[in-house]
Amino acid sequence: MNAPMTGLAMMPDLEPPRLVDEEPAVVVSGLTKRYGDFTAVDQVGFTAFPGEVIGVVGESGSGKSTLLRLLNLEEQPQAGTYTLGIKSCAGVNLFTLGRFESRSTRVRHIGIVYQNPHLGLHMHHTSGGNVAERLLVAGERSFHALRRRARAALDASEFPMDRIDVPPLTLSGGMQQRVQLAKAIALEPDLLLLDEPTTGLDVSVQALVLDTLKRLQRDRRITMVIVSHDLGVIRTLADRVLVMRRGAVVEAGLTDQVLGDPQHPYTQQLVHAKL
Amino acid sequence: MTPLGTDPAASPLLSVRDLAKRFEIHHLGRQVATFQAVDFDLDAGEFLMLGGANGTGKSTLLRTLYRSCRTDTGTAIYRSARGPIDLLRAADIDIAWLRRAEIGFVTQFLQARPRISAEDIVAEPLLQSGQDHKTAIGEARRWLDAFGLKPTLWPAYPSAFSGGEQQKVNLARALIRPRRLLFLDEPTASLDRLARRALVARLEELKRAGVAMIGVFHFPEDIQHLVDQQIILDADTPLADPVSQGDMADVAE
Amino acid sequence: MTALRDLVRPWQRYSYGFLDESAKRAVRRGLLKAIAIPGCQISYASREMPMARGWGTGGLQVSLTLVEPESVVKVIDQGADDGVNAANIRSFIARASGARTTTDTLEATLIQSRHRIPEERLTRNQLLVLQVPDPEPLRAVVPDISVARIMHADADYGLMWLKLYEQLVQAGRVTQSSSYPSLVNGRHIMSPSPIPRWDTPKLHQAENLTLLSAGREKRLYAVPPWTDVKPLEFSDVAFKVEDQTGRVCERTGATGQFMNEMPLLDGTSTFELSDAGFAEKLARRRAGEAVTIGPTYYVDGELQP
Repeated sequence: MNAPMTGLAMMPDLEPPRLVDEEPAVVVSGLTKRYGDFTAVDQVGFTAFPGEVIGVVGESGSGKSTLLRLLNLEEQPQAGTYTLGIKSCAGVNLFTLGRFESRSTRVRHIGIVYQNPHLGLHMHHTSGGNVAERLLVAGERSFHALRRRARAALDASEFPMDRIDVPPLTLSGGMQQRVQLAKAIALEPDLLLLDEPTTGLDVSVQALVLDTLKRLQRDRRITMVIVSHDLGVIRTLADRVLVMRRGAVVEAGLTDQVLGDPQHPYTQQLVHAKL
Repeated sequence: MTPLGTDPAASPLLSVRDLAKRFEIHHLGRQVATFQAVDFDLDAGEFLMLGGANGTGKSTLLRTLYRSCRTDTGTAIYRSARGPIDLLRAADIDIAWLRRAEIGFVTQFLQARPRISAEDIVAEPLLQSGQDHKTAIGEARRWLDAFGLKPTLWPAYPSAFSGGEQQKVNLARALIRPRRLLFLDEPTASLDRLARRALVARLEELKRAGVAMIGVFHFPEDIQHLVDQQIILDADTPLADPVSQGDMADVAE
Repeated sequence: MTALRDLVRPWQRYSYGFLDESAKRAVRRGLLKAIAIPGCQISYASREMPMARGWGTGGLQVSLTLVEPESVVKVIDQGADDGVNAANIRSFIARASGARTTTDTLEATLIQSRHRIPEERLTRNQLLVLQVPDPEPLRAVVPDISVARIMHADADYGLMWLKLYEQLVQAGRVTQSSSYPSLVNGRHIMSPSPIPRWDTPKLHQAENLTLLSAGREKRLYAVPPWTDVKPLEFSDVAFKVEDQTGRVCERTGATGQFMNEMPLLDGTSTFELSDAGFAEKLARRRAGEAVTIGPTYYVDGELQP
């Protein structure tokens, strides 16, 4: 991550990767999103390698969620490129895709878990059905396969199987997040986006959901981008961190380094505010 | 990067020159210096002991080489199996790979995670490196046994363990996978005699296997016989370590 | 001084086919679009008709637009030619156009129908106009019609499939009995109007043009001849039509066609062909009259290729 670090006693720039010769899973550069005069995301860039978890921290309004919406192809930026290391669109800037390809790329290759389950789930349909819908959209037409694959995804999200036919509306917040997670991983995405996945949950439930995410990451090596203002969540999950402020990345680095030896004044403030 | 000789055996595993670290504390508007002008070479199988009074930056030095801290001064050329690289300037992704594959960090703190049993925590590095679950758990139990953790505790969650028991889990996890370079940050603190002996035995074994180690020990007598070199950090740049102990747990990974 | 007679226009006949020319032109335009994009709902300016909305005004406007003096018109309601509504619409079309009427499917060139497709196979010279109460197949899953239109545009039919999935999960079978959602020409999901499942396969690769019109909802759509119409089905849970096994028509002795069930006081039922015009012909033939019966879509309950 060669993000600009402004206003610092400059640390030397890092070298390009030498030991790791894997193709990156995600490459984002120069991403800029403006709403009128307001710049929500300002020249953001990062690279994620397969199986890596990138944390994005920053206070409310720092552009974290907008960044995630851009990565989920829900919005078009004014500038920037975004590529995924997948065969079907290797080297293609995903923002140049047409409406259909964009949607199909989102369905097949990107999963998302929103902070608010209402955004990600059909609350009145069954939990199993919510997961099945994702498979249906991707073209699965066997009822038994749908049933089996929905179960498998819910199981991987540690959702209790006896509630598979219960609508999320009647479930607790933690269970709703598990349904969202199952839906997001049902198609084994190349990129999993998590927007404050545990915010608003009880602390004990939070820990359980985090644990599930950690397990998934270990077992499936899914590349993830997780947005959170909770440094504890980032510390638990992320390999590397982007610190965002006013839409821009002010600091980027290994999680333990950014949280333990922050360089930018804003990061120092953020880290100490937590402690 | 400095060009290095082509024969890896001919040059040291880790070559540190002019290493220094300052903390810039923005809200105070000042810099705090720690160690300065540190030079050393470390060969495979060598043990380097870091000494010095409290606050001279021994832990910080380990953390700087492990890249939990950044510095703008010096070089630290490490000969990875994949080629030489400056630890201070390597890409984050390379450091992440080195931490998974070649360089370990042992602290006195266990980062216990909820609902993960002791044996699973210990087995995790093996699972991450692609071993099957059964072998990994078997290895994990062997190590927990060697460090003297009661078998009844193996499937339990370590968050409820005593400090000493947690440390045994931590050491087993940190030492279970072969590394080429190990940083040891007071790993014997809060260990009982039995566990200390097991640790020293494991370190001897690792040293014989060619693992290079840099260590900070509160009671150096235990491992005195392993030490090949010693560096005493100066006390003339005293420092209140601005990094709280809470953050130290990070590097246990 | 302006006299009252200066303000009124002299009496004129209604335009041919009741609708004025501009209304017919608007319907024709809508129909052309609908035929060009099979299964896609096209908005049109549905007019006031001398009949309450919801009673077939959509079908009527299409019929009146397309009718010619040479047309032979058949109108059916749930398969019957003699329902009050069907009879009224038939006589209205005849009066407004001078066209001849019939109850014989083979003879008809323009068939307006509510909730059934005749059992005798329609041919390329025939037009089928279906009355549609609710043209939006996604309504059951998306209450917001603007969202539904975007979903059609994106061919985003996951929710539609989900509805069937959940019927299977909850009832063990697909419980959708009529208006069975069908994919037209591999692109748009359409509600084929509330025809029974039995009639849905008749639309697939049909020789005739089918026009569907919802007067209250102001939507037109079409299935052109030789177009794929595939009911949504899972690969391992096949689409099934209503089983007519063991049902014998009281009037004609016919079997293997779509029957109406007539409950009796003793708790049992008798059955009668739902397609009344077809039944009438079978009855006349039974009585010894020379009647031409056309090939039917189903023979002995089996769909014919």
